[in-house]
Amino acid sequence: MQRFLQLPGAVVRPGGRGACGADQEAASPVLAPEGGPPPWYQALQPEELRWLQASEEDPTPEASLEGACPEASQSQSQPLRHDDLKEMLDTNKDSLKLEAMKRIVAMIARGKNASDLFPAVVKNVACKNIEVKKLVYVYLVRYAEEQQDLALLSISTFQRGLKDPNQLIRASALRVLSSIRVPIIVPIMMLAIKEAASDMSPYVRKTAAHAIPKLYSLDSDQKDQLIEVIEKLLADKTTLVAGSVVMAFEEVCPERIDLIHKNYRKLCNLLIDVEEWGQVVIISMLTRYARTQFLSPTQNESLLEENPEKAFYGSEDDEAKGPGSEEAAAAALPTRKPYVMDPDHRLLLRNTKPLLQSRSAAVVMAVAQLYFHLAPKAEVGVIAKALVRLLRSHSEVQYVVLQNVATMSIKRRGMFEPYLKSFYIRSTDPTQIKILKLEVLTNLANETNIPTVLREFQTYIRSMDKDFVAATIQAIGRCATNIGRVRDTCLNGLVQLLSNRDELVVAESVVVIKKLLQMQPAQHGEIIKHLAKLTDNIQVPMARASILWLIGEYCEHVPRIAPDVLRKMAKSFTAEEDIVKLQVINLAAKLYLTNSKQTKLLTQYVLSLAKYDQNYDIRDRARFTRQLIVPSEQGGALSRHAKKLFLAPKPAPVLESSFKDRDHFQLGSLSHLLNAKATGYQELPDWPEEAPDPSVRNVEVPEWTKCSNREKRKEKEKPFYSDSEGESGPTESADSDPESESESDSKSSSESGSGESSSESDNEDQDEDEEKGRSSESEQSEEEGEKKKMKKRKKVPEGQREGSSSDEGSDSSSSSSESEMTSDTEEEQVEPASWRKKTPPSGKSAPAPKEISLLDLEDFTPPSVQPVSPPMVVSTSLAADLEGLTLTDSPLVPSLLSPVSGAGRQELLHRVAGEGLAVDYTFSRQPFSGDPHMVSVHIHFSNSSDTPIKGLHVGTPKLPAGISIQEFPEIESLSPGESTTAIMGINFCDSTQAANFQLCTQTRQFYVSIQPPVGELMAPVFMSENEFKKEQGKLTGMNEITEKLTLPDASRSDHVVVQKVTATANLGRVPCGTSDEYRFAGRTLTSGSLVLLTLDARPTGAAQLTVNSEKMVIGTMLVKDVVQALTQ
Amino acid sequence: MIHSLFLINSSGDIFLEKHWKSVVSRSVCDYFFEAQERATEAENVPPVIPTPHHYLLSVYRHKIFFVAVIQTEVPPLFVIEFLHRVVDTFQDYFGVCSEPVIKDNVVVVYEVLEEMLDNGFPLATESNILKELIKPPTILRTVVNTITGSTNVGDQLPTGQLSVVPWRRTGVKYTNNEAYFDVVEEIDAIIDKSGSTITAEIQGVIDACVKLTGMPDLTLSFMNPRLLDDVSFHPCVRFKRWESERILSFIPPDGNFRLLSYHVSAQNLVAIPVYVKHNISFRDSSSLGRFEITVGPKQTMGKTIEGVIVTSQMPKGVLNMSLSPSQGTHTFDPVTKMLSWDVGKINPQKLPSLKGTVSLQAGASRPDENPTINLQFKIQQLAISGLKVNRLDMYGEKYKPFKGIKYMTKAGKFQVRT
Repeated sequence: MQRFLQLPGAVVRPGGRGACGADQEAASPVLAPEGGPPPWYQALQPEELRWLQASEEDPTPEASLEGACPEASQSQSQPLRHDDLKEMLDTNKDSLKLEAMKRIVAMIARGKNASDLFPAVVKNVACKNIEVKKLVYVYLVRYAEEQQDLALLSISTFQRGLKDPNQLIRASALRVLSSIRVPIIVPIMMLAIKEAASDMSPYVRKTAAHAIPKLYSLDSDQKDQLIEVIEKLLADKTTLVAGSVVMAFEEVCPERIDLIHKNYRKLCNLLIDVEEWGQVVIISMLTRYARTQFLSPTQNESLLEENPEKAFYGSEDDEAKGPGSEEAAAAALPTRKPYVMDPDHRLLLRNTKPLLQSRSAAVVMAVAQLYFHLAPKAEVGVIAKALVRLLRSHSEVQYVVLQNVATMSIKRRGMFEPYLKSFYIRSTDPTQIKILKLEVLTNLANETNIPTVLREFQTYIRSMDKDFVAATIQAIGRCATNIGRVRDTCLNGLVQLLSNRDELVVAESVVVIKKLLQMQPAQHGEIIKHLAKLTDNIQVPMARASILWLIGEYCEHVPRIAPDVLRKMAKSFTAEEDIVKLQVINLAAKLYLTNSKQTKLLTQYVLSLAKYDQNYDIRDRARFTRQLIVPSEQGGALSRHAKKLFLAPKPAPVLESSFKDRDHFQLGSLSHLLNAKATGYQELPDWPEEAPDPSVRNVEVPEWTKCSNREKRKEKEKPFYSDSEGESGPTESADSDPESESESDSKSSSESGSGESSSESDNEDQDEDEEKGRSSESEQSEEEGEKKKMKKRKKVPEGQREGSSSDEGSDSSSSSSESEMTSDTEEEQVEPASWRKKTPPSGKSAPAPKEISLLDLEDFTPPSVQPVSPPMVVSTSLAADLEGLTLTDSPLVPSLLSPVSGAGRQELLHRVAGEGLAVDYTFSRQPFSGDPHMVSVHIHFSNSSDTPIKGLHVGTPKLPAGISIQEFPEIESLSPGESTTAIMGINFCDSTQAANFQLCTQTRQFYVSIQPPVGELMAPVFMSENEFKKEQGKLTGMNEITEKLTLPDASRSDHVVVQKVTATANLGRVPCGTSDEYRFAGRTLTSGSLVLLTLDARPTGAAQLTVNSEKMVIGTMLVKDVVQALTQ
Repeated sequence: MIHSLFLINSSGDIFLEKHWKSVVSRSVCDYFFEAQERATEAENVPPVIPTPHHYLLSVYRHKIFFVAVIQTEVPPLFVIEFLHRVVDTFQDYFGVCSEPVIKDNVVVVYEVLEEMLDNGFPLATESNILKELIKPPTILRTVVNTITGSTNVGDQLPTGQLSVVPWRRTGVKYTNNEAYFDVVEEIDAIIDKSGSTITAEIQGVIDACVKLTGMPDLTLSFMNPRLLDDVSFHPCVRFKRWESERILSFIPPDGNFRLLSYHVSAQNLVAIPVYVKHNISFRDSSSLGRFEITVGPKQTMGKTIEGVIVTSQMPKGVLNMSLSPSQGTHTFDPVTKMLSWDVGKINPQKLPSLKGTVSLQAGASRPDENPTINLQFKIQQLAISGLKVNRLDMYGEKYKPFKGIKYMTKAGKFQVRT
């Protein structure tokens, strides 16, 4: 370890830096990078030289360029005629093309129309030169909308790009394809997005997420399908994808908050590693989510708080009726349940807090608004410091932050009080910033700090910026109304301002003084007199009007001056502004009522003048006033009440901040800034009265079990964090990608710090949950229970107590049966020795129901234990799942994969979770009688409890779009030990999405889900070889998926191959001439698209598998499954 | 999100437009021009302007307005932050960000913008990644490109975008491995008429220039980390490590970056290194006023104060000033009424001063405000808060890097009211 060197000013720096001379002494390498040679200079020099040499050897391009280039450098300002550009584009020299494209792009940038070059440009879309290509893309995206037909010419290039082995090329192809706004290609885009959403590379998946809103804006009818893709991508576990997909979610389906449940915890945990822009989007979405899902943390506080406030302000009132109301409040308190924050709510707050330290102002603001809207009052304070830090940033950032601080400071004044001085105004601030700071200062002013604030204000009043001075005067007025103690001081100060030389200042003061005087008019006759004198000088209409109003209103305090003022005003009436004229009429009317002797004539004169005024408002007012005050022959009933009308006591105006009540807009939003609803603004929902079921977010619990187990296994080699990132099921096969493998290595080494800590935090999490669960006797949430158990299991694997928690996941575990299965097998492999020993030997042959109560080993029983034939279908999909976990090469229990015609049986509801009711299902592969589009599923019920189970039926299914269920008829009763079978039909809509529904008995409801392996989504069709070839010919290109594989010795025989393929997928065999080729055909159930499968097997064992299908997703998954089955 | 971007110069010409979604007509900028007219000065143009169908969000830097057009609700800071990032990127690419430079490099600008946003949502904003995608122009490369027709577009693909350390590109190689850190502290202060401090705080940053081969993992520790009250980090810094041990642990980006910015806790009293004695007076009767300023060192911990510049905005009524400085040069712009005095170093033995008379408009009344004085200065080799870096260690690579650290104190927003 080296001691750190403190360098003297001039360092003899290695490299060329020392030569920069003594001038550089002051300039640091950081602050003045241009001081030394540019950083890229050295690194690139050899390459540049190579280019130079190359050009010397090959003089031809140089010669031909001679003509074009010199003018090219100037050309950007004077475009050549389009014909020349076309010519340049048509040559086969890249350099000319590039030059032409550069000029065209320069035209676009200046907003010139270049659309007539479209045909010439689009030809170059397949150009080899990467820069030409990029510029063509730029052009294409800009003009494709105008030239739709021609744009179609380029599509095939991108389609080819989508198949490229390089992930970056796939991504860029998708990016451009989806940016072309041509409605005809919507189906192609849809396919491409779906495919990319399950791409191995997270980068491509990110691009897919970006493409979703593009497609949606082009054709909103695709919404349902896009939501499916979003749902899939939301489940993605890479930080790269998270931000983009949430952005897509916000643009396409912000109302589908239910999609977030399952991903909520994952998003919270990933948040800190997502890039900044994604963080902003995710945080603002989670704010909305939390508002719908958790209880208000302030609901009790508000009650508690009301009391002291009452005691403080309304102490006189309390004397009278105090005891009663306090009792009532006290009685109200215990009726409320003590508030316990949902652990998920806490998780969100905890995981966002570090982001207050972000360098990005947008992220800090997002966290600040989240805390403001979601955190308990005691915790909101943490955001103040970070927001104050942002005030050092650019003035635009200051502007937005100050707006938000202004709103916050009204509600939570205490939060910013320590930072009062940070809002002091400098003469160099732009006016709009000054005014906002003033607003905040006013909001923060209170009894204790008002002297300092007023002293500050005094300096502001002398500023050169008159708008700012006017705002300061208003601010003083507000301080005076809010804080009674300083009212007189303020008023005196304002009166002094009346002698200011600047008329605007005086006018503003008059207006404010008027408002202040209304509060206590009696004491200020002198001020009113002083104001009256000012009418001669002040010309600002608003100020004149204010003075007139004041004199009229309080004319009894200035009985001698008032008529004189009216006299003067009557003289100048015609020259006044409208607003002043109205007040003159007003003054005249009031004086007439109080002092008619002196002013009768004056009033009539004024009214007559007003009668012929140009402005109809003034004419109307004059007529109205005359009718009221001058008693006429008709004896107007109203005139008797004229005094009441004109001289009614008027309430003093309340000087309020313009930021009051702005907080009903989500802070940090555009709508808040504008104080008007912006297009697409999502209302921040109110807290729910009752907390919605927290268990909806539980899906991930098995995942955690898995993580912790894996962690145990891999503790030494890999940090927890990057590990868990790697296992996101089928989409995450990127691990096997060599490129990303090296990445993940580098990550694991680099991120070890944060990795460890994040696992720490998870543990803390559990600790805290546990504590909470114990301390508060409230209902323990399902998930807490499970977590607890998980922990116990880690600590004391053989613990006897485990039996007691055998009511595991009665709601949730079965709904996630699939993932549980995954973890089952995995765990089995992970800890083969220790666990198997503990498994009773009998467990392997037949299940012994009684053992369950002793040891909760259900999780660790391999699926082969089921009394049914080994579930072939299950295992393939399972194997596919495991692929992502890089466990493919580890031996899955071979017996699992022994082919069974038809489908295997899979568990739907375990007998423990089902309280004695065990439910399995198989795909029978028979056509479903009711509806040919439905997959028929046989459901086997068996009752292993000792009481009969009654009224078995399917309850309200919660199905993804498109999926429908034909329920089985209700089973009235199932006596102990009995089994029965029912058939139900599910239309999976050609997707492998799980169908979730409830299985209800008379007493209980179980959430279950059936996820079909892709092979079950089709039915065999029979066709001849020729037909097959013909159909295959139609389905090439993007619809063809090819995979090479090596058949193991065991599966080289015809019989085995056919059996394995048919077991994996419900396809029919097509006769075939050659012996090495196998052909199968089927149609998907819902859409009836053909699925053609060809296997070309060499005797050596090398084989090629081809699947042709319009449904690319199905094709891809099918290939995966079949390859899996064949190579085992 | 961000629909389009318009670049507008100070004379109101739109000299570049870029659309990420369908094209928005440039007539939308008329609303902006209206607002610009209403605001007397450029920095007073509101950053957010609503129009019937769009919202215009703008930032003003380097005498250029960057106006983003958006259509739907989006956090305004998101857009503003992004626009600033765009400006920073241009500056990084071209050294300066000015209208002629952007016009000269319009194709590179366009390519960079194309990569930064996809459908209006930020895609690649790290300058390291961008530089891999599109190489910044250099004189040599421009020459070579013109001759050979090769391009600025990187032919290798941006690996950084795919990695978990997106801020660092892979395969970095240097012959001299160097890491420099600059601790720069700025004093923000308002001093009142009598010379007492109204408010003063210290904001600091650590800027780094790291040129190290491979994937180094650095840790930097402080002697007195408690001084740091509020910090914000470059995304590369591991937050948990800081929370628990107060150590900065990070894999640095390649090249220049801002590692950390901090705020020194308010409990510590801030040493104010300079004082300004001023005597500015206007008389009601005559059209001449007196003007006298002296600058002197206060608490400098024995270091010299350099680079002192005094500026002041004179009231509108001032016609001209005839002043003589004891050292340095001064200018007064009669149009903007801005007085600027470049003092240079302060010699404690002979304090620099500026004396003379102010001529006021004849007949105009006395200005009621005295001008505020803004001060700039630098002190080398001193962090005024007393912050000290303890050590820097590198893990993950074999070689021994050259490490350097420098301290500096500057005036931030340093204002003296008179």
